[in-house]
Amino acid sequence: MSLNKFQIAQRISKELRDGYYVNLGIGIPTLVANYIPENINVVLQSENGLLGMGPFPILSEVDPDLINAGKQTITTLKGSVLFDSAESFSMIRGGHINMTILGAMEVSENGDIANWKIPGKMVKGMGGAMDLVSSSDNIIVAMMHTNKKGDSKLLKSCQLPITGKKCVKKIVTNLAVLEITNNGFLLTEKAKGVTVEEIIKKTEGNIEVSNNLKTIDV
Amino acid sequence: MIKKVVENANIAVQDIFDGATIMLGGFGLCGIPENSINALVSKGVKNLTCISNNAGVDDFGIGLLLQNKQVKKMISSYVGENSEFERQLLTGELDVELIPQGTLAERCRAAGAGIPAFYTPAGVGTEISEGKEIRKFNEKNYLLEKAFNAEFSIIKAWKGDLSGNLIYKGTARNFNPIMAAAGKITIAEVEELVPIGELDPNFIHTPGIYIQRIFQGNDYQKRIEQKTIREDES
Repeated sequence: MSLNKFQIAQRISKELRDGYYVNLGIGIPTLVANYIPENINVVLQSENGLLGMGPFPILSEVDPDLINAGKQTITTLKGSVLFDSAESFSMIRGGHINMTILGAMEVSENGDIANWKIPGKMVKGMGGAMDLVSSSDNIIVAMMHTNKKGDSKLLKSCQLPITGKKCVKKIVTNLAVLEITNNGFLLTEKAKGVTVEEIIKKTEGNIEVSNNLKTIDV
Repeated sequence: MIKKVVENANIAVQDIFDGATIMLGGFGLCGIPENSINALVSKGVKNLTCISNNAGVDDFGIGLLLQNKQVKKMISSYVGENSEFERQLLTGELDVELIPQGTLAERCRAAGAGIPAFYTPAGVGTEISEGKEIRKFNEKNYLLEKAFNAEFSIIKAWKGDLSGNLIYKGTARNFNPIMAAAGKITIAEVEELVPIGELDPNFIHTPGIYIQRIFQGNDYQKRIEQKTIREDES
């Protein structure tokens, strides 16, 4: 059984550590906020100018002056802090964010990521993604293993314009958890009921299987 | 003291000319100078280069300037959610420069702080690094990016006093303070204009030195792009 997007988020939440400041991208990464272990304290950064992002508001709390980077209405928490965009990206480029979790269209075996542009189609822009991937050494990608056509998204080299070079550390897909090593993708965990053969078949880039292969615990 | 207060948005933007480069504060529709944008639409000024993180939506914010074909070039980090923008981009009517959000912010900050250029890691090895100087510091590559040069900055704050000191609310702060310092002429619109002495100096975000004109706006819509709520458990 492959994981659904909630289970991908749940698996990624196990990477969080007490005291981490974390930036969550749009899509599956946003869901990680729902699975933060209760015994640890994690502070979420929203790059439009908030540290300590709280849950979505109840109807009576909705404030148009309080949104996240996905333009969704949100809340602050006790201890939250607000700041301008230059301060926000100083935190990011300065290496103060402990973990960045983002979605991707493609990841290559050397850790390049593509997630901002499809030539010939509408270009929406990179937002803060290029700053984030160029500045953190703890980048985790949440994505499906293949695209809608069934083609692998884990490639020898990215076909789409890249967002950053050699920056991805770990990838959690609906089928597997993989790390980037000098030899390409290292399969460390597989979804329950999914075979290693299927994962290898759906991974275009070079892939090795860990001697200590585990089943994803979600 | 020099009088910075102007009557309304129309007077505040009256000398913005065809072909001007203007910075516009806001992230999405949060903290955008609604009154001044409407005044620019009424004035009909053309061929604008707009520096703003986003380009509004079809019928609000900078989207109104696009509908009216007043924008020649947009410099932004993210421009989704705007079908008129997409149409003009595909037909070549509109020139667009997409840059990383942190680079956009720093190019504003640098402009206001007297820093002509700076090195940043964002975009190294990607297509946005093409044609730019790359330099290695401590075994890592960085791109040289230049400060913006804008004739006008138009920003929005929550409260402001007669000398231009400003306080923002929530995440409506975003690009507003850094654009305030970056414009040769900065126009601030505020929800509430108060007498000097009313704002606690400990809690002012933007010092009035950066502001040339200020007015109290009205009829703020504060549209929400993604109204997201949770169930009330109580």
